[in-house]
Amino acid sequence: MTAPASISLTVNGERIEAHVLPRLNLADFLREHLKLTGTHVGCEHGVCGACTVRVGGEIVRSCLMLAVQVNGVAVETIEGLSDSGEIADLQAAFRDRNALQCGFCTPGMLMAAQDLLREDRKPSREKIREHLAGNYCRCTGYQAIIDAVENTARARMELKA
Amino acid sequence: MSSIHDNPETLSVLDRPNSYIGKSVPRPNLDRLLQGRGTYVSDMELPRMAHVVFLRSPHAHANILSIDAAAARQMPGVIAVVTGKELSSVVTPWVGVLSHLKGLKSAPQSAIAIDRVCWQGEAVAAIVATSRSAAEDAAESVTVEYREIEAVTDMRTALDPATPVIHASLGDNLAFERIHDAGAVDQAFAASDAVVEADFIFGRHTGVTLEPRAVVADWNAAEARLTIYQGTQAPHMVQNIAALHLGLPESQVRVVCKDVGGSFGIKVHIYADEMATYALSKLLRRPIKFVADRVESFNTDIHARDHRCKGKIGVKRDGTITAFEIDDLTGIGPYSMYPRTSAIEANQVVNLVGGPYTNQNYRARARVVFQNKNVMCQYRAVGHPIACSVTEGLVDLAAMKIGMDPVEIRRRNLIADDAYPCASPSGLRFEQLSHHTSLKKIVEMMGYDALRAEQAALRKKGVHRGIGIASFIEVTNPSAAFYGVGGAKISSQDGVAVRLDAQGSVICQTSITEQGQGSESLTAQIVGSVLGVSMDRVRVILGDTDVTPYGGGTWASRGAGIGGEAALQAAKILRRNILDVAAVILQSTPAELDIVNNAVVSISDGAPRIELNELARIVYFRPDTLPPGTQPELMATRHFVPREYPFAFTNGVQAAWVEVDTDTGFVKLLKHWVVEDCGIIINPQLVDEQIRGGVVQGLGAALFEKCVYDQRGQLTNANMADYLVPMSGEMPDIDVGHVVSPTRESELGAKGAGEAGTAGAAAAVSNAVNDALRPFGTIITEIPLTPQVILTALGRI
Repeated sequence: MTAPASISLTVNGERIEAHVLPRLNLADFLREHLKLTGTHVGCEHGVCGACTVRVGGEIVRSCLMLAVQVNGVAVETIEGLSDSGEIADLQAAFRDRNALQCGFCTPGMLMAAQDLLREDRKPSREKIREHLAGNYCRCTGYQAIIDAVENTARARMELKA
Repeated sequence: MSSIHDNPETLSVLDRPNSYIGKSVPRPNLDRLLQGRGTYVSDMELPRMAHVVFLRSPHAHANILSIDAAAARQMPGVIAVVTGKELSSVVTPWVGVLSHLKGLKSAPQSAIAIDRVCWQGEAVAAIVATSRSAAEDAAESVTVEYREIEAVTDMRTALDPATPVIHASLGDNLAFERIHDAGAVDQAFAASDAVVEADFIFGRHTGVTLEPRAVVADWNAAEARLTIYQGTQAPHMVQNIAALHLGLPESQVRVVCKDVGGSFGIKVHIYADEMATYALSKLLRRPIKFVADRVESFNTDIHARDHRCKGKIGVKRDGTITAFEIDDLTGIGPYSMYPRTSAIEANQVVNLVGGPYTNQNYRARARVVFQNKNVMCQYRAVGHPIACSVTEGLVDLAAMKIGMDPVEIRRRNLIADDAYPCASPSGLRFEQLSHHTSLKKIVEMMGYDALRAEQAALRKKGVHRGIGIASFIEVTNPSAAFYGVGGAKISSQDGVAVRLDAQGSVICQTSITEQGQGSESLTAQIVGSVLGVSMDRVRVILGDTDVTPYGGGTWASRGAGIGGEAALQAAKILRRNILDVAAVILQSTPAELDIVNNAVVSISDGAPRIELNELARIVYFRPDTLPPGTQPELMATRHFVPREYPFAFTNGVQAAWVEVDTDTGFVKLLKHWVVEDCGIIINPQLVDEQIRGGVVQGLGAALFEKCVYDQRGQLTNANMADYLVPMSGEMPDIDVGHVVSPTRESELGAKGAGEAGTAGAAAAVSNAVNDALRPFGTIITEIPLTPQVILTALGRI
């Protein structure tokens, strides 16, 4: 169980082949092996949400998942969502509303916010607050983040109207 | 209330066309952080870099009998296992005292414990390996034999003769004591219509920066030079301390601070493990990286606020406050932190209690004691939340006693807005505050009378809501009075260098630092406004001791007020120099010219005369075309430090509207309001977000956050699941209003805003909870206000 295992996956659309120790978690795999340092590690036990990434379309805490578990799966990180332009409007809303200060929680926060906006096009403030409750921010007090997500939802609705 | 500068230069800076002052422009370079392309120290890697993991004491107090690392040294990837004694050949110990805090004492502290550990979490050995996981594996194979010593944990008994003395050489466990007596307190209490007393208890809590402390230290033996990459608020302070204890000239230490994942005062200190990392790099002649894990963060990041404060207030029937008296006790762990010391918070409590009010009768005692717990030191709003909670709690109790409305008693006692300059009974000097205008404004914002009516109506239905008000003052823009006068090499001045580059853009180097407050933005806004250059052409460089002017950094709400003024003054000089050259080129006079929208224009008709990029091209590449004797200086540097007032005090008031579930003990935060006066506002959105973020940290202290120690000095909730911090779901929306009383100490007129939110939030919530529980005849003066605390007070458990 301690010998390296081969995994094959896509990360942000790029095919990756790697040999990893079974104990290596996904966050460390992304950061240390693939140098995708946009995924942050805040608590290492699944509480703070800074390491949130998308695995097979669902958001997960990458510190609670092992690299061997993503064999054959598509992983998406903040770098991928940024380069594809998928969350460009959400990022702009965060920038305009100053919904980040130190920025350490921000990649995870954006992942969680986009997850909400994909499942609910018009979430209430309460719903936004509830959905982001697993992502800690120590700087902003959250209000600006809630505003930015609300503004993005509104703008996307108007775009579709 | 709002003063107007009579200096026409100031008007021109603030009122120039296209000025960014007072505008909510987005911070530059946020896209880097939004796209996950920041560079936090935890992201950094250097060639040959090794990782250090610290083996930490499981005991609060113990002698180290032996350390056996033979097995660990044989493990894969291990480069070295280093004990405190071995490391002491490279780094000297330190003592965290300041001479202006008379009588403050502490014991020598080493980078890694030698012979004895004094708190659970103190490092006893460093394991250096090629990867962090290899170092962690090896740490498990290091065997340390300890002999436990009785731990001193309860601050209340720390000074008892029967309690062991932690540092025998100090004689007792008293680190610092301050006694202050002003006016005629006993006579004032005797002449009062009512005297109320209460014991206030404040939970020990910590900053929980989302990025833990992180350092990469890179000793280049060939250059005999140490480069420290660290998430710090004060790079020049780190440079000074590292050089001092490693025996290097400061010029051979470079401190680089890139993106910082939260600081809040946690990252303004020098920690033993950081010092050990610098030393290990020198000892092992290679880059060493240390990133605290979350358990280490809870056990070693400074804690704060563990105070027990007896308070007493006298009041007349007409609401006049006659006297305040406090007796404050705090336990700071086994050492006073370095180099800012751990006596500052208690000292601030003595300074600040009663600060918003006209009363001049004030007696205070503060005692700071050692104990075998993690160290305590300055965290956001140092001392303010304690002073504010005690003061405002007492004021509400006095109002209750004489049957007066909480707003009315404040109206009758707050220092009048036209009474400045004046001083507090603790000796604080106030230049210009606005308590009454602020109170009036918040009463309007919250619809106070309507809320009272709603409260009364709901109370009949068994719904218990409360309103809490808290006026406060905040220390900002500190001069040398904070640290410099006590002998610490912590600069109170800041410097900014501004230069026009060869394409007409501006490069600006500042000694203040960025941890997300907006230091970069405020600097660019000021420089762009003064120069007439658009912000996208201003590049701000911070956080590198090789590059920036010398200065203090960003802490104690000083970045905008001090660093901002230096930026303004430097930009004024550069502007003058640009206009001098422009006048030569255009055969005009500087007085006839201005700079607007990146071009020199005629003042008379606003017509563009020469673009800045064209001016720069001539200066840098065709100086031969300028008349003989013309030497343009397209770079200017200025420094600033406040001299007239030791601190620029700000003021404000907060209000909380809460609902208490008397069955479960849960407090629901319904709404929070803040009115704050930080003088000139450079960027309203950034100021508001500083306030909101600060409020939420204060709300965390009010309701959730507490480091829970057992009697043996074991921290029992050192993880994020058990140590609760505010989450988005339970936080209220926070309305922020402003009153503007500029400081005349600077042309900019800005004071600080970083700590105002934290200063008063807990006091407002505590007062609101007590207001809600008024029908039950119970008063709670302890935070955090957990369900257990509330249900106990209600006699339900």
